[in-house]
Amino acid sequence: MSEQKTMLLVENVTMQFGGVVAVNNLSMEVREGEIVAIIGPNGAGKTTAFNVITGVYAPTNGRVSFDGQCVVENYPRGKMKKNYLGENAGLYTQVKEPTPDRLTALGMARTFQNIRLWKSMTVFDNILVAKHLKRSSNLFSAAFRMNREEEAQQRREVLALLEIVGLADVKDELATSLPYGKQRRLEIARALATKPKLLLLDEPAAGMNPQETQELTQFIGQIRKDFDVTIVLIEHHMDLVMDISDRIYVLDFGRLIAQGTPEEIQKNEKVIDAYLGVVDDAEN
Amino acid sequence: MDALKTTLPYIISGVSVGGQYALIAIGYTMVYGILRLINFAHGDVFMVAGLMMVYLAASLPLYLAIPLVILLTVALGFTIERVAYKPLRTAPRMSVMISAIGVSYLLQNLALYITGGLNKNYPAIPWISDRISIFGMETSRVTVITPFLTIILVVALVQLINHTKIGMAMRAVSRDFETSQLMGIQINRVISATFIIGTFLAAVGSILFFTNYPGVVPTSGAMPGLKAFVAAVFGGIGSIPGAVIGAFIIGIAESVIKGLDTILIVNGVIDEQIGLATFSDAFTFVLLIIILVFKPTGLFGEKSTDKV
Amino acid sequence: MIETKNKKGAWIAFIGVFLFLALIFALDQLIKPTDKLGMLLIVLQKGSVYALAAVSMNLLNGYTGLFSLGHAGFMLLGAYTYAIFTIPDKSRDAVYQYFDAAIRFSIPEQLSNHMGGFGTALGVFLALVLAGLVAALMAWLIGLPVLRLKSDYLAIATLGFAEIIRAVFQWSKLGPITNGSNLLKNFARASKFKLEIAGTKLSLSTFVPVLIATVCIILIVLIVNSTYGRAFKAIRDDEIAAEAMGINLARHKMISFVTSSFFAGVAGATLAMVLSIAQANNFKSAMTYEILLMVVLGGIGSITGSVIGSLLFVAASEWWLRGLDSGKFLGIEAPNIFRNGFRLVVFSVIIMVVVLFFRKGIMGEKELPDLFRRKKKEAPAKEGQA
Repeated sequence: MSEQKTMLLVENVTMQFGGVVAVNNLSMEVREGEIVAIIGPNGAGKTTAFNVITGVYAPTNGRVSFDGQCVVENYPRGKMKKNYLGENAGLYTQVKEPTPDRLTALGMARTFQNIRLWKSMTVFDNILVAKHLKRSSNLFSAAFRMNREEEAQQRREVLALLEIVGLADVKDELATSLPYGKQRRLEIARALATKPKLLLLDEPAAGMNPQETQELTQFIGQIRKDFDVTIVLIEHHMDLVMDISDRIYVLDFGRLIAQGTPEEIQKNEKVIDAYLGVVDDAEN
Repeated sequence: MDALKTTLPYIISGVSVGGQYALIAIGYTMVYGILRLINFAHGDVFMVAGLMMVYLAASLPLYLAIPLVILLTVALGFTIERVAYKPLRTAPRMSVMISAIGVSYLLQNLALYITGGLNKNYPAIPWISDRISIFGMETSRVTVITPFLTIILVVALVQLINHTKIGMAMRAVSRDFETSQLMGIQINRVISATFIIGTFLAAVGSILFFTNYPGVVPTSGAMPGLKAFVAAVFGGIGSIPGAVIGAFIIGIAESVIKGLDTILIVNGVIDEQIGLATFSDAFTFVLLIIILVFKPTGLFGEKSTDKV
Repeated sequence: MIETKNKKGAWIAFIGVFLFLALIFALDQLIKPTDKLGMLLIVLQKGSVYALAAVSMNLLNGYTGLFSLGHAGFMLLGAYTYAIFTIPDKSRDAVYQYFDAAIRFSIPEQLSNHMGGFGTALGVFLALVLAGLVAALMAWLIGLPVLRLKSDYLAIATLGFAEIIRAVFQWSKLGPITNGSNLLKNFARASKFKLEIAGTKLSLSTFVPVLIATVCIILIVLIVNSTYGRAFKAIRDDEIAAEAMGINLARHKMISFVTSSFFAGVAGATLAMVLSIAQANNFKSAMTYEILLMVVLGGIGSITGSVIGSLLFVAASEWWLRGLDSGKFLGIEAPNIFRNGFRLVVFSVIIMVVVLFFRKGIMGEKELPDLFRRKKKEAPAKEGQA
C-alpha cells in the first residue's frame, strides 16, 4: 500500500463558523486507487470537511494537498485571529483559497448530499455541460462553430459514458424526471465526465432501499476499475461502507476519533461508543 | 464658520427629506425581511397616496381627507399584496419581483390616465405648511416636524415589534419562513400586517413629502421609492433602525449635493456653477454600490451563509 | 434545443431568414410611411429594436439567471456613442447649440470621403459596433464589483448604475461631448437610408433596423446553443453545482453580462437610428421595466418568446390599442373613457394577468423549432414535467 503515491493529503484542517468548530484539526491521507470512507453521526462535520477539500469553504486553519501540490491553505487571520478555538494555530502561513472550479480543473469532482442536477436540462446535456471545462474554444469560436470537431468528440464521449453507467436509454429525458436512484447515478456520471483523479461522493446511497444500495455498491466498485479513480465517500449505510472501503475515517463532533480498515473500525471501542450505538437514528 | 453657515440650511432640509425617506424605507425593509421581496410598487403606492390627497382634499375638509387618505392607502397596500404577491408565494423570487414591477407599471399608468399626465397641486395643509424661520432661514414648519414625527413613529414601531404578539410573529417569520409556518404562525396574517404597517407609514410620509413639493405627477413615487429602498439596503435590509439611519444619511447627502455648487462658490473652492446638482440622485446609488462592495449586508445587516 | 449536427434545420433557418428579410425589403418599398399601413413599418422598426433589447436581456436574466436591471443604461451608452460618431460635421454646431463640440469626427462621413456610398454603410456599421463595445466596456467595469452580489442586490445595483450613467450624461460639464441634457439629432438615421440603383431610390428605413436586429439575434442564438450557452444555463439552474463541475462563475457571469450589454448597446444605437434623436432622459428605469415585461410576456428563457413578446408589445401599444386613447375602440365610441392613457392602463392589466396567471408567458422555455419537433414525435408522449 504505502508505495502508492498520495492523492489527497489533509493536514490539521479546522473549520470554524462563528463560535462553532465544525471540523477540528482533521488530518487524513488518501492514496492513489483507494476507496476511503468518512463516517460519523449526523453533524459530525463530514460534509463540511468535503466542502473544505473541494474549495467551497476556505478553512480557518490547515492545508489540503492534492496530487502532490498544495491547493488549499489558510491560517487564523482577521477577526478569526482572536476568536480561533481550534488547535495548531501558527503552523501555516500562506493563504490559498481557490474556487471550486479550479480544483475541479485540477482533477477533483464531487457529488452532493441533496442532489444538485440542472433541472431544466436533459440527462445528456447535464453531462455535456461537465465537459465545458475541457473546452479549448472561446466565446467567439464557440459561437461561430469553429469548435465543431471538439463538440462532436465531446458528444461521443458523453454517449459512451452514458452507455457505461447505463443511462443511455433515458438520455433525452429531463434530469429531474428520473427516479431517485438514477438521479444519483447521473450525478456520479456527471462528476466522472470531468475526468477526475479523485471522486468525492457525499452520501451517494442516501434515501435508497437495500436493493438500490446493493446496486450502487457494485457501481462504485465498477467505477474505480473502469475510470481509474480514487474515491472518498461519506456514507451512513454501514453495509456499503464496510463492503467497499479500503480504509475508514470516523468523525465525531468535528474530531477524528478513529481510522483504519473496516475490520479495525468495527472493533474500535471509541467508534462503537460514539457512533454505532446511534446507527439506527442516523439512518433515518 | 462660513462653511457651516452655508451648509446648515441644506443639512436641515436634508434631515427632513431623510425623515420622509425613512418612513418609506421601513415599508421596504419590513417586506424584504419577511418575503425577501423588493416591493417595487411601494414608491408608487406613496405616489398614489399623494394623488388621493389631491382629489379628496378638493371635496372634503382636511380633517376628514387626511384619515381617509391613510385608510385608503393602507387598503391599497393590503390589496396589492393579496392580489399580486400572495398567488406567487411558491413561485421563484424573480417572478414575484416581476409582479411587483408589473404593479408599479400599472399604478403609474393608472395615475397617468386619471391625471392626464398633468402636475396636480398638493393642497396646503394649515399649520404644517406655514412658513417659519429657523437659524435665519425660511422654511415650512413640516421641515422641522418631520424628523421628530419620524422618530416618534419609529420608536412606536419598534415597541410594537418587540413587545406585541404580532411583532413577535413578524420577527419569527423574518428569521425562518418555513419553520414559523410549522409552528402555527398564520403567515398570511403576518404578511398582511407587514404591508398594512408599511403602507401606513408611506401614507404619512407622502403627506409630509408632498407638502414640501409643488405637486404630484405619476412618476413622483419612483425616485423617492428607489432612494428609500437604497436607504434600506444601506442600513442593512431587514433592520428598521438601519433603514432609518440610512434614510437620514441619504437625505442629507442628497440635499447637500443639491446645494454643493453654491456652498463651494461661497467658500471660494470654485468660481462658477459646475452643475453638481445633476448628481443629487445618482449619488444615492454611488453610496449604494460602495456599501454593497465593502459590506454587502449593509451597516446593520446580519451575515448569512449559503448552505451547500 | 437545436442540435448542431442538424444540417437540414440550419438550411431551413437560413432560407427562412433570407425570405423574411426579402419580405421586409419589399414592404419597405411597397408601403409609404403616410399610408394606412404605415403603422406596420413603425411597428417593425421599433419592434425589431425592442426585440433585440429583450433578447439580450433574456440572455442575462433568462439564460444566466442574473437579475439585472441596468439595460436602459447600456442602451443609453450605445445610443449616445452611435449618435456622437455619426453627426456630420456641418450639422455639429447646430446640434451642440450651447456647447463647443469636442468630438468632431463622423465615422460614416470620413469613410464616404474615401469610399463613397459603401463607406457610409461601413461607417454606420462601425459606429454600431463601437456603440456595442462602449456598452460592453462599461459593463465590464461595472461587473467587477457588482456581479458578486446575489439576485436582488444585483438588480438594485445595476438599476443604480443605469441611473448614474444617465446623470453623468446629463451633466452640463460634459456638454461638449454629450450635449448636456439637450437632445442629439441629425446623425445617421434610418429614415435617410436609401439604396440607389440605376437612378431609382429604394428606401431602407425599415430594412436596416430589422437587418441589424436579425443579425444580432442570430448571434445570440448561436451563443446560447454553444457550450457557453449551456454553461450559462447550468449557472442559472444551480450555481453551486455549476461551480463544482468546473465552471468559473465569475468569468462566465462576466461573459454573459458583457455580451448582453454589447447587444444592449447595439439596440440602443439602433433605437436612436429609428427615432432620429437621442436623449438621456428617455433611458429611464421605466424603459428597463418595459423590456423586462416584454421578456416575461414571451417567456423567460425563450428567445423566440422574447421576439414575439416585444413585437406584440410594440404592436399593441403603438398600433392596435391606439383606439383606446382616441375615443373609439372596436367600434365602441366612448370618448370619456377612451381618452389619453387608457391604452396603457389596459395594457398593464393585460401584463399583470400574464404575470399572475400565465407565468410561463407565450412560449415558456420553448423555441420555434421545438414546436415543430413536438408535432413530429407526439407518439412517445412521455413528458417529464409539463
